[in-house]
Amino acid sequence: MKPFRDMRLSGAFRIELAAPDDFEGWRDAARRMVRADVPPDRITWESPADQGADLFAHGGRRLPSPPADAPQPRVSRDFLQLAQSVILHSDSKRFSLLYRVLWRLQSCPRLMEDKADADVRSMEDLARQVRRDIHKMRAFVRFRSMEDEGMERYVAWFEPEHHILRANAGFFVRRFTTMQWSILTPRGTLHWDGTALQEGPPATRADAPSGDPVEVLWRKYYASIFNPARLKVGAMLKEMPRKYWKNMPEAALIPELIAGAQAREAQMVKAGEHDFGDRPQSLGAIGEAILACRRCEIGCNGTRAVMGEGPSSAPLMIVGEQPGDSEEEQGRPFVGPAGRLLHSHLEEAGISDERTYVTNAVKHFKFVPRGKRRLHQNPTAKEIDVCRWWLDGERVMVKPHLVLALGASAARSLLGKTVSVQKVRGEPQMLDDGSELWITTHPSYLLRLQDNGRAEEEIKFANDLRKVAARLAELSGAD
Amino acid sequence: MSQLTVLERLEILADAAKYDASCASSGTTKRNSKGGKGIGSTEGMGICHAYAPDGRCISLLKILLTNHCVFDCHYCVNRKSSNTRRARFTPQEVVDLTLSFYRRNYIEGLFLSSGIVKSSSHTMEQLIEVARILREEHDFRGYIHLKTIPEADPELVAQAGLYADRVSINVELPTVAGLTRLAPDKSAPQIEGAMGSLKEAIVEAKDARKRFRHAPKFAPAGQSTQMIVGADAATDADIVGRASTLYDRFRLRRVYYSAFSPIPDASAVLPLKRPPLMREHRLYQSDWLMRFYGFAPHEVQQAAGSDGMLPLDVDPKLAWALRFRGDFPVDVNRAPREKLLRVPGLGVKAVNALVAARRQRRLRLADVGKLTVSIAKVRPFIVTEDWRPIMLTDRVDLQTLLVPAAKPAQMELFA
Repeated sequence: MKPFRDMRLSGAFRIELAAPDDFEGWRDAARRMVRADVPPDRITWESPADQGADLFAHGGRRLPSPPADAPQPRVSRDFLQLAQSVILHSDSKRFSLLYRVLWRLQSCPRLMEDKADADVRSMEDLARQVRRDIHKMRAFVRFRSMEDEGMERYVAWFEPEHHILRANAGFFVRRFTTMQWSILTPRGTLHWDGTALQEGPPATRADAPSGDPVEVLWRKYYASIFNPARLKVGAMLKEMPRKYWKNMPEAALIPELIAGAQAREAQMVKAGEHDFGDRPQSLGAIGEAILACRRCEIGCNGTRAVMGEGPSSAPLMIVGEQPGDSEEEQGRPFVGPAGRLLHSHLEEAGISDERTYVTNAVKHFKFVPRGKRRLHQNPTAKEIDVCRWWLDGERVMVKPHLVLALGASAARSLLGKTVSVQKVRGEPQMLDDGSELWITTHPSYLLRLQDNGRAEEEIKFANDLRKVAARLAELSGAD
Repeated sequence: MSQLTVLERLEILADAAKYDASCASSGTTKRNSKGGKGIGSTEGMGICHAYAPDGRCISLLKILLTNHCVFDCHYCVNRKSSNTRRARFTPQEVVDLTLSFYRRNYIEGLFLSSGIVKSSSHTMEQLIEVARILREEHDFRGYIHLKTIPEADPELVAQAGLYADRVSINVELPTVAGLTRLAPDKSAPQIEGAMGSLKEAIVEAKDARKRFRHAPKFAPAGQSTQMIVGADAATDADIVGRASTLYDRFRLRRVYYSAFSPIPDASAVLPLKRPPLMREHRLYQSDWLMRFYGFAPHEVQQAAGSDGMLPLDVDPKLAWALRFRGDFPVDVNRAPREKLLRVPGLGVKAVNALVAARRQRRLRLADVGKLTVSIAKVRPFIVTEDWRPIMLTDRVDLQTLLVPAAKPAQMELFA
């Protein structure tokens, strides 16, 4: 044992590794030192990237030869696995940390399981940072295409934080096997020609191409997939810290996207704003309120809103599309030609005005001026949906047993979806307040038809009304 | 109509696709492009190639084939009655975009969905055609996620699974009533039927591969779905219950929750107030509790208040612990793993580390501190060699001790 004691007194050993990620070199040296019983504080580790400043280390000193009968060091598989990641870290203390843990493992073989131990924690921390760097390199490398001796080559410039370039090469080879590519970094370069991988000296940003036409598309995609209504800058920064931004073509857009987000959201909210506040609590109040409603373009066209009409507890509610020219002038529903046709059919079917509340899906008159005439225009689905708020209010107040929708617009207003009137007519549907919905054509449709067609449709219309009358009698009888 | 450029159409069709939350590229079979004539690999773990300022990861090229749609779902920006700009890509154009993005390492693959044009089956055929060209003509070995259209021919849906890593059908809304009201063209039984047959196809293919090595793979990354949160009246308890049924019945890999957010040209039928983004986050946390922490759905529901909503100011695990204080403190040196997983502030990793470390020696509070982010959060709920909380779990103000007083809330800009 005498020679070892001498060595301990005579100072530290310096071990130079061939490369900063030279795991094999570290393992061979460490194994030898453990077998020669050299404690951790007697060794200084160096690599081309980690120049130690230990002036007292013996540079040229030969490493001790372990005695032939010294046992092989004991290591656990956990340690080896973790060590291969740790060695890629840029912290120059990693070699001595690893050696210290290896040293302690000799007397405490299950040390690696003690996750609360300070050295084990340090190893886990370094390994985690390395794994993250490896992962971020796989994520954030951006290739740019360039012409290279008539072939297309994809070249990327990346600045890893740790010594991960070599360890990460396999991933890019497996993924881009059939491409020719190069990854340039300040720590070294990789070149793949489709069959073999070559390593090269460190490069600078200027060695990589400065742009790629496809980046225009990529930036557009990045800007479009972003949802300005859910800005979460913190969550982005956590996963994509600023240090990576300079080599990512899309990152230049971030400040502008963030700055514009609030305005874009405000615009969307405003455009979709239909906050009517609390609903008026009487039919009279609704009648007042619709006069001032400017929630859609029809409401803003300067016409007078037309409120529904009839007994406030009528068992039947008839819903038309919207007021027409005469209705708007008189301020009452169903007083024009279509209204007259409706009333004559109602009378024929035996449905009296005293039991009927008539109203419209849309409260204002939508038209285009043609000379002196105002030509009716269909309301859009959106306009119907907006105006539904008022019709719902009337339904809450009147509580009809049966609702008769005339035409597709009225049906949409009650069902929330567009249906084909010809398919659903004659069959009642249940509405969510328990009332029954019947759908038929709008009388103005009958007015537009000629001759035979009109006669046919009018028969169908009359039939529908008769069914409604019968059903209404049934429902009222049940009360 | 003037022809839109690829750039303009990309803008429209990416914009239209952003309301699908899923961007996962993980969990499929391991593949690489060695020995092939194309490119691409999948190595188990997904990769997020960028993050947008909304905090969402960008892993896949997520676009619609077209945003023309014959359906009129109120929550959707692409509904028929919406006044949005429309565009369409040909399958070949999507293939070209995918490959040129993939070569530059922008993406892990493609997530393709579409508005319904002509018919559901026609649309599905187009989606499959994109996947077919990528896989067969370009030997693309990256990730493909296909949105499946429940109304399409089952034969086509089965074909989609042969090309795609993941298939998904959105249940859209947590309740049937919500679906009827907001998505009048869709039907809950049809959606569930399609999810059921996908499940069977996936299970069958897995089974076949056990017996025949070369049996075709069918959607190896499984199926997922998405629910919109806050567009109907469903409570968190409803949503948790629904999610757990979906996990059980259809063996879903993931249920995504998407807080309903304002869209351009919104339908008047939608609620005005959007739910807080935190609600979505709490739902994901409760999802995690069920999938990784051994909580039963009814236990997560117990964490919700009497209104069925999970508290926004504390996470569901802490909320549960505060409600069931009798189950605490838990002795880190003795308690079984399941009990440790219930301690607020201890994650799965920390619990694993504790269980491994306590085989070595008795753990002290400082040891636990090294394995968790915040010992202050964990302390009231555990016993260690040198620590026992005295009366702490009985304190009425425990929540205020653990949760720093809420910062004065900023007034809502659009309240």
